Amino acid sequence: MRKMGIGIAALATSTLLLAGCGGSSTPTDTDSETDEAIDASGVTLTIWTDANRAPAIEAAAKTFEEETGGKIDLVQKNFEDIRADFINQVPTGNGPDITVGAHDFLGSFVEAGVIDTVDLGDAADQLEQVAIDAFTYDGQVYGFPYALESIALIQNTDLVGEDAPATWDDMIAAGTESGAERPFVINTAGQTGDAYTMYGFQTSFGAPVFVQDASGSYTSEVGMGGDAGTAFAEWLGENGETGTGYISTTIDYDINNELFASGKAAYTIQGPWAIETLTAQGVNIKVNPIPSAGGETAAPFVGVQGFYVSSQSANALVAQQFLTHYLATDEAQQALYDADPRLPAWKSVAEKVADDPVVAGFLASAANGVPQPSIPEMGSVWELWNTAQVQIIKGADPASTWTTMVSDVESAIG
Amino acid sequence: MTNPQGTTLEAAPPSPTDPQPPLSEPHGRRWNGLGWGFLVKLAIMAVINAFGVMGIIAAFQAEAWLILGAAVLLLVAADLVYFTKKALPLKYLLPGLAFLLIFQVFVFAYTAYIAFTNYGSGHVGSMEQAAQAAVIQGERRVDDSPRFPLSIVERGGEYGLAIVDDGEIKAGSADQVLEVVGQTDSTSAPKEVPGWNVLTINQVLAVQSEITSLRVPISDDPNDGSLRTRDGTTASVYLSTMVWDADAQTVTDTTSGTVYHATDRGLFTSDDGQSLTTGWVVNVGFANFVQLFTDPTMLEPLALVTVWTFAWAFLSVAVPFALGLVLAIIYNDERIRGRKILRTLFILPYAFPAFMSALLWSGMFNAEFGVVNQLFFGGASIDWLGDPWLARGAVLFVNVWLTFPYFFLVCTGAIQALPADALEAASIDGAGRFRQLRSIILPLVFVATAPLLISSFAFSFNNFTIIYLFNSGGPTIPGAPYTLGYTDILISAIWDISGVNGGRANYGLASALSIIVFIVVAAISALAFRQTKKLEEYQ
Repeated sequence: MRKMGIGIAALATSTLLLAGCGGSSTPTDTDSETDEAIDASGVTLTIWTDANRAPAIEAAAKTFEEETGGKIDLVQKNFEDIRADFINQVPTGNGPDITVGAHDFLGSFVEAGVIDTVDLGDAADQLEQVAIDAFTYDGQVYGFPYALESIALIQNTDLVGEDAPATWDDMIAAGTESGAERPFVINTAGQTGDAYTMYGFQTSFGAPVFVQDASGSYTSEVGMGGDAGTAFAEWLGENGETGTGYISTTIDYDINNELFASGKAAYTIQGPWAIETLTAQGVNIKVNPIPSAGGETAAPFVGVQGFYVSSQSANALVAQQFLTHYLATDEAQQALYDADPRLPAWKSVAEKVADDPVVAGFLASAANGVPQPSIPEMGSVWELWNTAQVQIIKGADPASTWTTMVSDVESAIG
Repeated sequence: MTNPQGTTLEAAPPSPTDPQPPLSEPHGRRWNGLGWGFLVKLAIMAVINAFGVMGIIAAFQAEAWLILGAAVLLLVAADLVYFTKKALPLKYLLPGLAFLLIFQVFVFAYTAYIAFTNYGSGHVGSMEQAAQAAVIQGERRVDDSPRFPLSIVERGGEYGLAIVDDGEIKAGSADQVLEVVGQTDSTSAPKEVPGWNVLTINQVLAVQSEITSLRVPISDDPNDGSLRTRDGTTASVYLSTMVWDADAQTVTDTTSGTVYHATDRGLFTSDDGQSLTTGWVVNVGFANFVQLFTDPTMLEPLALVTVWTFAWAFLSVAVPFALGLVLAIIYNDERIRGRKILRTLFILPYAFPAFMSALLWSGMFNAEFGVVNQLFFGGASIDWLGDPWLARGAVLFVNVWLTFPYFFLVCTGAIQALPADALEAASIDGAGRFRQLRSIILPLVFVATAPLLISSFAFSFNNFTIIYLFNSGGPTIPGAPYTLGYTDILISAIWDISGVNGGRANYGLASALSIIVFIVVAAISALAFRQTKKLEEYQ
């Protein structure tokens, strides 16, 4: 008996493990039981969210629970895990009914067949069109968008004042004149490369990652090649480590923010999520649109956050109702903004918060922006794209490195 | 508990001189009382059975038949083993066997299964789910269709939709084309529909999957579209363009007439080679293994990664072991003062969490802001993380720094456990210090540490943490797929290929590579263990 103790504990653990494997599907099972018992209180909606937005969704869920008697099971996950987990768990029947997500998940979700289309109903009138467009794939709306996010030029007003520089040269001149240690810093994610942050400069040369068709949808035709792309690559090389040195692979996210926050850099490019860090040491800032480096408008990527409905949801009706009746309200949208301040896509909330100069600055930058492509081909682009930029910044021949990258991308997407 | 086995009453342990009951049977079999021990066993087994039954029910509800079978089997086995007297050895072996089954055999078998499929981006579900996705993707709202206020109705067990359209109440079902059934002045959802029973919202929720899949044709011509609802309170006209034929396994585009056939590649493909977006998981045989060895874009980076993996694993054992051994021999000398404090200081890196150290060192190796360049290289801009060879050197340095204290500890222990008489005999025979070291100390230390060296090799071979946290395997090999980098080892390459990190996922390919890595590590370990038997001849 004495020796058995350890063994039993082990067996108990393994049985627990087995129970855990099957246990996650319990919500679905309660649903099938409701087929006999006519009672809405048997309906359980499972919603995946990240920790930031959980309180806001919880508030909407409470109203829903009081009014319908249904139950909402809020599951907190790391935002980075949501995409892969949703794709893998929905087909097994263990996925949620609704998940929070970014619009660039859309392509892979459609490709995996894990999401259902959504009818936004009257809520569509209350939403910014760019947000709905971002959640549109091949002419169909697949989610309920609620927030935009975009990067912008952030400047230290004590050093360079509030005026937005129109061009890269203006910015560098003003930054140099200010006497700051560095006129400008930009995050390259260290040796990984960060084409996302660099994209505003790239588009100012007229070299979009994919060509957009007349309706604004991205085609799978790579737009980075040709003279425009080469011009951007040359510019990147000129300002890289072997050139002026304004763009360097020694700068990662934390170093970038530290240099700006400590007043050592006059300008940087960052998103709303970094504002708290950038101002933590008392620097006064102004948020402006990104200056043009190549002559055309600098158009950063605009990302959109929203909610997706699972294609395997046994509660599709309730899930749709929750989105269009309980989340599509001024209160719920305000709560979402308060819980996790992103630029609201919900017009009435957007108007309310537009007085905030930081929000207004990012909105102005987003107005120049283009939606981040959500087509599945995008998954093959990032890595090659980032790597080529790092190489050029480190001094590789810009034109040939860039051309090789473009042809690699073209062969990768087939 | 003074009497945990509850055995004193019936069988006091016989003294050696006691000739009486010959111990023909093991002690455990002989005892059959109902003492405290039995009660404890009963309680623990009750808990195990409770969890087991819970697991079985959960597996049944999730329709996970494999897990269900395994759970039933394990539970029955546990009860049989612990409640009968037939299988005494198994009472000791079963827990271990259960672990082996769940954590080793099952995981390996599942990985092997995935390796023969195309599981990855675009191929995650079943064929039915892919067809369903095609139907969803092909069903579009008719552009100018208004949103009609809607009630869900029922007639003789058949569900239908009833809408108000311009003062008319219209109702229909899947088999009944939408027809005018009454008039109303209201513009809200019809509360009474002649010929139909209006369902309450609770009743609707109970049958929601039937309602969401219900399509009511608005006329006899299917090209006019059909009415559907998504939220149970409004309905719009939708036109479906994709039709799924489960028997023929085809999806037909009704607007162009194109027929997409299910193929053995897990895609619906038309005769002219066009495929629908969503695919499903199929068995692809050895395709993943073949791709690993033939795809030119994969082959070159993977060869680099493989060579580096072996170099990394070997150096990650050899260098720290050599360093640890030398330090252990030096600091074992009794003439050194403060040995205890110095030894403790040497072990410090080992006490740090490895992931913290990797992140810290990564920052310290930054070419511009890192402390390494600033302090040791006079502020020179040495690109530790960006140059392939420097990055390899840097990550190896970090791993040596992290692991040498382990070998220092092990070697110190081994040296202190050396038989003093052998050393004494050697020095009487006139062997000098170096001769003692070469002929006695080192061989004996090798015998003691060889199994550790082999397991360290296997561990370093798969040391994902350091590689991933230090530099994510960077710098990236230009043009390589899946961001494979110069310091990537096989296990971090598997991570990149699996796409867990974002980007395109290919679980099948990643699993195939895992299987190969497993075979390589197993083969090396087996060979190495065979070699160590030769060392044991010294003993």
